[in-house]
Amino acid sequence: MVSFSAVAKRYPGGQEALKDVSFALAAGELAFLTGRSGAGKTTLLKLIPAIVRPSAGSVVVNGQNVGALKPAALPYLRRNIGLVFQDQKLLYDRSVYDNVMLPVAFSSHSPKEAARRVRAALDKVDLLRREKANPIQLSGGEQQRLAIARAVVNRPALLVADEPTANLDADAATRILEIFVAFNQVGVTVLIATHDQGLIARYGKRVLRLEGGRVS
Amino acid sequence: MRHHRQALASAVRKMSLLNALVIGVALALPAGGYALLESLRPAGERLTLEPRISLFLDPQAKRADADALGQRLRTDRRIASVRFIPREQALEDMKAIQGLAPVIAALGRNPLPDAFVVTSKEDLAAELARLPGVAHVQADAVWARRLAAASAILEAALWLLAGLLGAALVAVTFNTIRLQILTQRDEIEVSKLIGATDAFIRRPFYYLGLLQGIVGGIVALVLVAAALALLNREVAVLADSYGSNFRLGFLSLLEAVAAVLFAGALGWLGAQLSVSRHLRQIEPS
Repeated sequence: MVSFSAVAKRYPGGQEALKDVSFALAAGELAFLTGRSGAGKTTLLKLIPAIVRPSAGSVVVNGQNVGALKPAALPYLRRNIGLVFQDQKLLYDRSVYDNVMLPVAFSSHSPKEAARRVRAALDKVDLLRREKANPIQLSGGEQQRLAIARAVVNRPALLVADEPTANLDADAATRILEIFVAFNQVGVTVLIATHDQGLIARYGKRVLRLEGGRVS
Repeated sequence: MRHHRQALASAVRKMSLLNALVIGVALALPAGGYALLESLRPAGERLTLEPRISLFLDPQAKRADADALGQRLRTDRRIASVRFIPREQALEDMKAIQGLAPVIAALGRNPLPDAFVVTSKEDLAAELARLPGVAHVQADAVWARRLAAASAILEAALWLLAGLLGAALVAVTFNTIRLQILTQRDEIEVSKLIGATDAFIRRPFYYLGLLQGIVGGIVALVLVAAALALLNREVAVLADSYGSNFRLGFLSLLEAVAAVLFAGALGWLGAQLSVSRHLRQIEPS
């Protein structure tokens, strides 16, 4: 599903975020990406939907070398990846429902099917009763669940989450992780960046440790 | 098709009537000027622009003298046409002018001379004035030429004004779209991150520019129609005093539709320029 081969990433300022990263993530797998702050976890995750491009090596997602994709092809790559950002990137000028509707708006679903998918996604993260609320009215955990609902509404085969439990209490963090595990159990490939060693240990899943710009 | 409907609905929600009014006022100036010129054009076209010279004969001249002069004029190759107006016909023509018949009847005699009207590409007025039996020569084309020249200057100024105000429309739309893009920066960035194509993101802005131009064009037509209706009240009074039914006319249906579509196209152009310039600066990072 995801394969990194000798990937390096150097930013224009000269900062080297990744040096020689190689790993593969099989379809249906759930893995944690961990490492200290500034280790390059976010950069690695951004390489998957081609938000940043590798300076060297190749990143292959679903058989596509994303580093070689033309800009016009990127939207179609990103539609098949559910992205959950550390800062959620919710839109606070619209309702919970409309936030989840955003990715469905540019799909080819009929309005009825689009509405059904949005409600189904909100139901999965237990936010259906808050569909008319503004995201600003939600707690930190609820906002993170809303971000997950938006990421899964188009039923992607791959979910990528960057520190989804950051700033959450233990109960809320566990609840978020349970949602990812539930999606993984129905075949969705999941890669979660976190530095919460307790959570990682609890699930006993594969761990990709990022140190010195390399995965161990 | 559904995406186009969504984009159009979004553009309708974001449209500013105030902007459309500004555009309408700007477009009303050239549109109104064009309507005025087109109203006056038929009157101008009735005036011959070919040098026309009227030769008034001595009132004592005999008809035989007039015939001889006519013969001489017709053999002159520099003269394109010769028309003889006998003094009786001139009198009848004058009587036909409203209000003059009683005055002429009071005179008791015909004060008008025989006359020739000749046309020529060359300025022969001075030479024709020296012909025997000719009492007075009037070169009628001079003032008509001046009127035509003034009309041409006015028309050129009008097109210049239309060009400048068209550029203003593009600039207003450019800025409106720029502000919209800045307002929606977060939404655009998130949309790009989750798979929206550039076309999907750009489409509502194109529709907004188009819509703003079209509504501005319609506002301009309404303003011109209202202004002409007001002016026509006074024009009617003036024209009636000359026994004329002249009125300032509105644009034809085709011209009105073309004006609205042109305004829409300029709005689209402003949106296109703005979107190309400003959306490029919003990339997810």
